Amino acid sequence: MIAVRGLAHRYDSTAVLRLPEWKVAQGEHWLVLGPSGCGKTTLLHIVAGLIRPSEGAVAVSGTDLMKLDGAQLDRWRGSTIGIVLQALHLVKHLSVHDNLRIAQYLARAPQDDARIAETLAALGVGDKAARRPAELSEGERQRVAIARAVVNRPKLLLADEPTANLDDGAAAHAVELLLRQAERNGATLVVATHDARVKQKFDQRLDLSA
Amino acid sequence: MNLATLSASYLRARPLNTALSLLLLALGVGTIVLLLLAVSQLEERMTRDARGIDLVVGAKGSPMQLILSGIYHADAPTGNIPLAAAQELGKNRLVKKSMPLALGDGWKGYRIVGAGHEYLEHYGARLAAGRLWQKSMEVVLGSEVAARTRVGIGERFAGAHGVTGQGEEHGAAPYDVVGILAPSGSVLDRLVLTSIESVWQVHEEEHGPQDEEDRKALAEDREVTVVLLQYGSPLAAATLPRSINSQTEMQAASPAYETARLFRIVGVGVEALRAFAIVLIVAAALSVFIALYTALEERRYELAVMRTLGASPRRLFGLLMTEGVVLALVGALIGLALGHALTSLLGLWLETQQQHAVTGLDWRPEELWLVAVALGVGVIAALLPAWRAYRTDVSRTLARG
Repeated sequence: MIAVRGLAHRYDSTAVLRLPEWKVAQGEHWLVLGPSGCGKTTLLHIVAGLIRPSEGAVAVSGTDLMKLDGAQLDRWRGSTIGIVLQALHLVKHLSVHDNLRIAQYLARAPQDDARIAETLAALGVGDKAARRPAELSEGERQRVAIARAVVNRPKLLLADEPTANLDDGAAAHAVELLLRQAERNGATLVVATHDARVKQKFDQRLDLSA
Repeated sequence: MNLATLSASYLRARPLNTALSLLLLALGVGTIVLLLLAVSQLEERMTRDARGIDLVVGAKGSPMQLILSGIYHADAPTGNIPLAAAQELGKNRLVKKSMPLALGDGWKGYRIVGAGHEYLEHYGARLAAGRLWQKSMEVVLGSEVAARTRVGIGERFAGAHGVTGQGEEHGAAPYDVVGILAPSGSVLDRLVLTSIESVWQVHEEEHGPQDEEDRKALAEDREVTVVLLQYGSPLAAATLPRSINSQTEMQAASPAYETARLFRIVGVGVEALRAFAIVLIVAAALSVFIALYTALEERRYELAVMRTLGASPRRLFGLLMTEGVVLALVGALIGLALGHALTSLLGLWLETQQQHAVTGLDWRPEELWLVAVALGVGVIAALLPAWRAYRTDVSRTLARG
């Protein structure tokens, strides 16, 4: 599913981040661990095709990302990757339903109301479809963000610090949701976190703190 | 969902900014539409009313006043000229058509014009009902006069002294309505038409009982107010006005020259208003630009998230451009509606003043240009914000928060 090798990323002329070799098989669920600033987010962004590493090889789901140009990469990302961000970043002026619809639209997937309803229902927020993100609780917003990430049935689901700012119960619940949704949609899940509380849920771990 | 609905949804979520941009653009476009409609309709009507009239001859005074009173019936006459002199003009071999008019009386704000039947033929007038006047004291009403006063065929009324009909009534000599004209879109619509003899008769009867000698004396002193001339030869333009102005007690004025002069004078005001409208449109462009540009900081996550969902930078560029264009298009359409509504209001007001009416129901091809210009304004205003959106660095933006 993921194969990275010899990755190095230069933020500016001096700071260079080197990342270890890493292989993820289809259907595995991984935790990328490490303190802030160790390169977890950078690794996630590289795998999602949001940044190009200065050196190295990245293949995701059989695609060599280094060979795609900008527009191809955007298209590929829309159809292959689902991303849940720490700050969620739902689109404020769109309803919950339309926040999922915009994911279908931007990924050039068919705009499928039934799929949106089904995805929202699976996350327990089916009755919030007409609401604006601001009218929801933090927990509901997180469910919507997860729903948005899986609505296009991505092969790879990425989550960046999904449990930061959550209490123990909520953090465990969030990870539960991500795992369940990844299973349900047949996606490989990679969670980047510095949160030790979620460790035991994952068998596979990549520790970047070393 | 597409770029247009996405843009519209965003703009709706910011009602104040959106409303300000729309308001400025609509006011600018509306003002220009108002000017466009009012000026072009006024010019058209004035051109139509003066068609086929090359020269107006009347008493000495202001040439513009002579044109305004003689052709447009919109100002007081400059005075009268002897009938004999007017008849002399008609016989001139350079003149193809001469139409003497006797003015001076009015009725309910409409002017009573003494004329020959050829005056009606000149404007291609048709009767809607009744017949033309055959003898003295018979009148034909213009379509607007008949519609407004609700006076019909067979009714009688007395004219009053003064072109607005607010002076002393000529009660001794009432007019008989014998016909009503169909609307012609010309100045005739707003006139009460009768024979020149009627006008003379009204004024001569003021002088009380007359014997045969008095009548003869009055007949010799008969006057008309203006003569409308059509040239029979291009030579006339070169010689006739000059000879009338220098060799007679009358003055000759050219409608083409005087209306051009009038529009030059009015044009200064029109230009000032137009400049004001352009300032409004530039302000609208700035408002659109500021609204889109200042929102970028706040929207940087929204835009970055769209990139993670598969949007290309080009699409974000397109989104911002669409927002500018949607604002401009909606603003321009509101402006068009506003312009037509304002023109209709102006038309209603002018009608109460019994002036050349303008209508907001008219449409000019230039309005399409106006919409195109507004769209151009939207595109230009959105370019820089759209470029910034295009350049969004997703990874850095997301890493920050």
